[in-house]
Amino acid sequence: MYATSYHRASSVEDAVKLRAAHEEGKYLSGGMTLISTMKQRLAAPTDLIDLRHIAALRGISIDGREVTIGAATPHADVAGSRELRAICPAICELASHIGDPHVRHMGTIGGSIANNDPAADYPAGVLGLAATVITDRRSIAADEFFTDLFETALEDGEIVTAVSFDAPEKAGYAKFNNPASRFAMVGVFVAKTSSGVRVAVTGAGSNGVFRHSGFEQALASNWSADALSNIAVDSSNLLSDLHANAEYRANLVKVMAKRAVVAAG
Amino acid sequence: MGVEGIGARVTRKEDKRFLTGKGRYTDDMTVPGMKSAYFIRSPHAHARIKSIDASAAKSMPGVIDVLDGKQLQADGIGNLICGWMIHSKDGSPMKMGAWRPLAAETVRYVGDAVAIVVADSIGEARDAAEAVIIDYEPLPAVTEATAALEAGAPQIHPEASNNLIFDWQLGDPDATDRAIASAAHVTEIEIVNNRLSPNPMEPRATLGIYDSAEDHYTCYTTSQNPHVARLVMSAFYNVAPENKLRVIAPDVGGGFGSKIYIYPEEIVCLWASKKTGVPVKWTSDRTEAFLTDAHGRDHVSKVKMAFDADNRITALKVDTIANLGAYMSLFSSAVPTYLYATLLSGQYAIPAIHANVRTVYTNTVPVDAYRGAGRPEATYLLERTIETAARELGVSPAELRRKNFIRSFPYQTPVIMNYDTGDYEASLDAAMQAADWKGFAARKAQSEASGKKRGIGMSCYIEACGIAPSQAVGSLGAGVGLWESAEVRVNAVGTIEVLTGSHSHGQGHETTFAQLVAGRLGVPIDSINIVHGDTDKVQMGMGTYGSRSGAVGMSAIVKALDKVEAKAKKIAAHLMEADEQDVVIENGELKIAGTDKALPWFQVALAAYTAHNLPAGMEPGLKETAFYDPANFTFPAGCYIAEVEIDPETGETDIIQFVAADDFGNIINPLIVEGQVHGGLAQGIGQALLEAVHYDSNGQLLTASFMDYAMPRADDLPSFKLSHQNTPCPNNPLGIKGCGEAGAIGSPPALINAITDAIGNNGLTMPATPMKVWQAMHAAH
Ligand SMILES: Cc1cc2nc3c(=O)[nH]c(=O)nc-3n(C[C@H](O)[C@H](O)[C@H](O)COP(=O)(O)OP(=O)(O)OC[C@H]3O[C@@H](n4cnc5c(N)ncnc54)[C@H](O)[C@@H]3O)c2cc1C
Repeated sequence: MYATSYHRASSVEDAVKLRAAHEEGKYLSGGMTLISTMKQRLAAPTDLIDLRHIAALRGISIDGREVTIGAATPHADVAGSRELRAICPAICELASHIGDPHVRHMGTIGGSIANNDPAADYPAGVLGLAATVITDRRSIAADEFFTDLFETALEDGEIVTAVSFDAPEKAGYAKFNNPASRFAMVGVFVAKTSSGVRVAVTGAGSNGVFRHSGFEQALASNWSADALSNIAVDSSNLLSDLHANAEYRANLVKVMAKRAVVAAG
Repeated sequence: MGVEGIGARVTRKEDKRFLTGKGRYTDDMTVPGMKSAYFIRSPHAHARIKSIDASAAKSMPGVIDVLDGKQLQADGIGNLICGWMIHSKDGSPMKMGAWRPLAAETVRYVGDAVAIVVADSIGEARDAAEAVIIDYEPLPAVTEATAALEAGAPQIHPEASNNLIFDWQLGDPDATDRAIASAAHVTEIEIVNNRLSPNPMEPRATLGIYDSAEDHYTCYTTSQNPHVARLVMSAFYNVAPENKLRVIAPDVGGGFGSKIYIYPEEIVCLWASKKTGVPVKWTSDRTEAFLTDAHGRDHVSKVKMAFDADNRITALKVDTIANLGAYMSLFSSAVPTYLYATLLSGQYAIPAIHANVRTVYTNTVPVDAYRGAGRPEATYLLERTIETAARELGVSPAELRRKNFIRSFPYQTPVIMNYDTGDYEASLDAAMQAADWKGFAARKAQSEASGKKRGIGMSCYIEACGIAPSQAVGSLGAGVGLWESAEVRVNAVGTIEVLTGSHSHGQGHETTFAQLVAGRLGVPIDSINIVHGDTDKVQMGMGTYGSRSGAVGMSAIVKALDKVEAKAKKIAAHLMEADEQDVVIENGELKIAGTDKALPWFQVALAAYTAHNLPAGMEPGLKETAFYDPANFTFPAGCYIAEVEIDPETGETDIIQFVAADDFGNIINPLIVEGQVHGGLAQGIGQALLEAVHYDSNGQLLTASFMDYAMPRADDLPSFKLSHQNTPCPNNPLGIKGCGEAGAIGSPPALINAITDAIGNNGLTMPATPMKVWQAMHAAH
């Protein structure tokens, strides 16, 4: 790791100010991605501005069916929230399969979506739920937020403060682990929301998380795993690596989509 | 068997310190003035070094010095060596290319060490390393052994034309070919044994300390055999004469073979300590471990197995290409030859065997022994082949094996080994019963009903442990003898120190070796200390690998104990005025049989040291040394059965059950033996399902972290069903055979046989990842 200075922000305003003062600074949440990247000397922020101690960024609030998850809420809190599980168990399930207990107690939803790793789980949930990403300066629809591999709509210095969504009528998530990293080799989130059926796929797309419109249409007319049987998954825009080529990923996308529908009930 | 003696399930004495974080590993060692080292490594798989400019780096904050290969050579530090000479079948010696501890002209794999930076802190050393300008001229690279042998392949060492190190054979080619020509059936198969990274939990580390006042060196290192390290560093690398070099291997967190070898870092840190005048410590990080710890396996073989009309095996012909990486590591030449081809008879009576082995340089990490070393490769090849033959012949794989078992002992194989004892059928029967082999068809039908594919597979392995008889290995090319030493030092108060040349890095010697002494003398296990791993404390020893510390290391302790007991009895007889022949040692006392005369153990020890009243002419003291050289290898054997269920939609394998029936001879501590088997099975299952080293076509290591190299985790593994059969080894005093490697040797073929049984496609290679299984299932349809 290169030398760096640590700052503990007391509020979102404080964080923004600190970040503005340090051009080569970076926000730090759980550090589960950033710190290991720094240890490998692949990132060299001069300053780390820690967001985890800002009370306003932490916690889950539920108002009727409207859910807001603070950006600094660790995965374990999402996985373990009874209130959330009562109205949207799929997102709790998703969080419960991220990494291992250490990672789940440190890593946060804000860090995960800001990082937008193509194999991360949360992007599928956030996109599948048609969630809104709230920042210190605006609200961004999930459809606009995830732009490319490790790229988001966030501007320089913009802080994710929360993710909010309406609890769906039904939702389910199915993940196939990468055998080594146990990130998603393919993860599919399906949801029946007030704005229609959504199917979001992570782990597979060459440009990161994406929606599968063929699946969405099929499920809109027939909410069942069988409805997906005859729908092709195009492998041309899917990732190929050591663990899974595009053809195998295409197969997994369909299998996981069906399993997500079954999980949703 | 007492509560603490041989056969007792004594919990490990060493675990208190390990479980409470009080282990003392090399990286925990700190000495005054100590500095940190960082190795600059080649980013290219193959390149010429045109120039190294460290001038800017040397003036950076905290930097003590930057040293390179030219300086090392100028100081007369020698090249690394391979210590086992193999001759090709044309009689020529193996072609060993130069391996400089720091490359001076050419780098040959990504990770090859080029220079060392010594600085106040590791951060400063790394900063300075980035400021060292190295001008490389990249050269074409090759990573696959078969490709390296092809015409026009990049040439890696001038000494080895066509990258061929040796072309060696064992067995009778003519008899084998004749038997194949006249066979009723010949099974042919190509077998690939995947390259693995050892990944001990503790990465390698070393601390080199040069004392200018005494002109003396101390080397702390993560070694399985510190005496061998000292011998090799002094005899071949000219670091220092043996009496000026102390090597200490303190607690070592796993080795699996990868810590047998002498690597560049120990040598360079010792040399750098003298050069800079400060103690120099280096600790590998995980990426460096992937890039530089010797890898294992990496064979490609063509196999023919011939049968007569009665399904008896008449011949086995094997043609193997083994990838040895960029340089010949310390024992690399022995692994695909005498630790491999000599086991190709397996548990079967095969009249004719011929093995041809070509070893090859590639631009990859050196390959050497890894848990099992040669024997997993032989077992995988044989057990995949015989399973395939059973399928082709339409007979039960169990019965085909049973029909061909060796049944009378000793048995001389056509490939050197002389099996001393065994009962292969006992293990086969025990395993089949434990697995409910008969009920498999019903379970398969059940799986099918729920859309899953179920398969069952077995593997009957044999291995050679307790390495090794010195004269025998010497005649085969070994540069060292493979005996072991022990000193039993009874203190004046009766407590005991056992100094062993074996080294424990997970095996539990502090417990099992103490059990042996406690059982013999009837003294509490807590009064016995096992001392190992320091060349200043312990007499010359050969270290731990090849499941040898029980069969060879403990046998040396038995010999030393015999001498201690004999002397103690003489003293006791003298003190109690009885005949020496009548003295027995029991429950911590020396008793005169048939009387009520007895002396506690400590009093006899005290008498030996006060020396006030010893038999005439006897030397004071109670301390004996012994060297034990085994008469033969030992031959653990057993039968493993795996039952799997495959999800046809994803290709995922679920291990429903795994049965291991092993004959390790007599067992010192069942708890520790079970742990060794569990760990070995985890590694074997890792090889079969998860682990593989991948390079890209430029020789970059793609699997350089746990993000891409899949290690087995607890939930990848089932609960194992273990049992033990026992034919005691006739060749050592304890009747033990060794258990450290069996799990890793026997398990891969059982799993692949089970998966191929389930999916009906035999063309699967390890690791059987979900993608590969899914692809194989689709190819089968
Ligand atoms: C062993 C291991 C296993 C893992 N397995 C999985 C897995 O299975 N699935 C999965 O999805 N993930 C997995 N992860 C990643 C984990 O979920 C991380 O939590 C996540 O990638 C990043 O979250 P973080 O809070 O740690 O962010 P950090 O590492 O602190 O930050 C990540 C990036 O986001 C930026 N950032 C952080 N917070 C904000 C914010 N509020 N606003 C704007 N920018 C911000 C940082 O500047 C940085 O660039 C794993 C990680 C590890 C170490």
